[in-house]
Amino acid sequence: MLSRRASLFLIAPAVVLLGLLFLYPLSYSLIWAFSDEDLGGWGLQNFIKAWGLYSWDVLFTLIIVTLSTLIIGAMSVAIGGYLTLGENRVALTVLRTLYRWPLFIPFVVSAQLMRTFLAKNGMMNNIITSTGLMDPLAAASFLDWRGIVITFVWKQTPFVALLVAGAMAALDRSTIEAARNLGAGRLRILLGIVVPQVGTTLMVGLILSYVVMMSVLSVPLMINAQTPTMITVDMAWRINAYSDYGVANALGFITYAMTAVIAWIYLRQGVREGGRPQ
Amino acid sequence: MNILRTSIIAVLLALLAFAIFGPITNLLIWSVAETWYFPAKLPQSYGFAFWERVFRPQGNAMESLGNSVLIAVFTVIASLAVAIPAGLALGRGRLPWRSAFLLLFLLPQAFPSLAVHMNIARIFYSLGLNGTYTGVVLVHTIQGLVFSVWIATAAFSAVDRELEEAAANMGASPFTVFRTITLPLALPGLMASAIFVFLISLDEFTGTFFVGVPDVTTMPLLLFTASMEGNYQIASITALILLVPSVGFMLFIERFLKADVLAKVGS
Repeated sequence: MLSRRASLFLIAPAVVLLGLLFLYPLSYSLIWAFSDEDLGGWGLQNFIKAWGLYSWDVLFTLIIVTLSTLIIGAMSVAIGGYLTLGENRVALTVLRTLYRWPLFIPFVVSAQLMRTFLAKNGMMNNIITSTGLMDPLAAASFLDWRGIVITFVWKQTPFVALLVAGAMAALDRSTIEAARNLGAGRLRILLGIVVPQVGTTLMVGLILSYVVMMSVLSVPLMINAQTPTMITVDMAWRINAYSDYGVANALGFITYAMTAVIAWIYLRQGVREGGRPQ
Repeated sequence: MNILRTSIIAVLLALLAFAIFGPITNLLIWSVAETWYFPAKLPQSYGFAFWERVFRPQGNAMESLGNSVLIAVFTVIASLAVAIPAGLALGRGRLPWRSAFLLLFLLPQAFPSLAVHMNIARIFYSLGLNGTYTGVVLVHTIQGLVFSVWIATAAFSAVDRELEEAAANMGASPFTVFRTITLPLALPGLMASAIFVFLISLDEFTGTFFVGVPDVTTMPLLLFTASMEGNYQIASITALILLVPSVGFMLFIERFLKADVLAKVGS
């Protein structure tokens, strides 16, 4: 057993690194967002300029990320639910081996996959037109906001589904069996009994995905970099084209604000779990 | 009724399989397409000419691959060098404010990282770290740190305390106990954390985008540049090289991360 002093000594390097490479730049992002470079001192100048230039992109980002989160949630519940309540052994095996594939595929690779797959002449349209379901002339490119949502859902669903399916598998089966004996349908069991019990896991998974999607640069750059686009693209543009750290950090602060409410729930969850006595 | 239900399930699974493997198949086709012009549904000619271009020793793809692996190795070393002691303190020590420390290491996951990365780049610029390997390794390390600290903590927590006490009772010094009992038992979890950090570094885009430019090009940046230039063959081959370790890790993670360690994550 390590003493208190030895424990603090051992954790110190990690804390110092975190302080230098995370807390220090984080505080700078706040300082630069709220400082007025023309007049000196503090001000909301950067926010006024950021809002004037990019208010539509802020809204666009919020819609894309929220919509993706909702779809990811629905898909994860469906996948986890079938894995828990499904009876067809073949289907269960297929689903179990299938759904996890994109789990660790990086966003930049996912974006490249979708860039070719969802294009006007991509494989998706080719297959749909080959089956005769759509006229080739009606084929449209999905490389706009829909492409971003599809890429996010494709990449993030396995992560949330894995967490949700794990939590569902750990549930006490007796309530499920009791409901089944009383004649409840599987959909009703899923929504009425299973989902409420894994609600926390589902929320944590969705919040983590939300925060990650809020700061992905490669996907909007590669799928749809024209306006309206996500504010991550605007941040990169302010810095690379104008070295305008003020407006970029104001936009950064807006992403913090959009996740703040959600992160608060997540952190509270973290404290509760972290503080649990062993 | 039963046949109807079975066929609905079959159709849904087929759609899911198409949604997951369709994009990957499209990428595989692009990686061996030599000419593919609109509006052909499939390439006009196939071949490995672009593979030869990518793997040419003097080509910038090999340089990026070398950079990526080198940076990932140093990121793993840097992350584990701080995460193993931290995990030991969190998992085994008498650490005051333990849950506050665990929470602290979660913070980077609770903030959109892009806004932090661009400020790291500005700070690194004033320190002359932009465009250096050290700078890129540092920005990757901070992203790997969260996971490596949490997994290391879980790995050390999962070690049976009675085994350590038994060794200590038989006269082993604390360091001998650590070297012969604690470390070997925690090793699978630490290995999982090392592989995970390696993968995070290999796949990292945003931090490298801000800190690495213009001198350090990794595979994800090469993929991005090739794709934006419309060079889909090079982009697809690069993407494929990044895809293989990601899928491999997904298939084998359960061997490394045992259930007893997973159960201790966050506790």
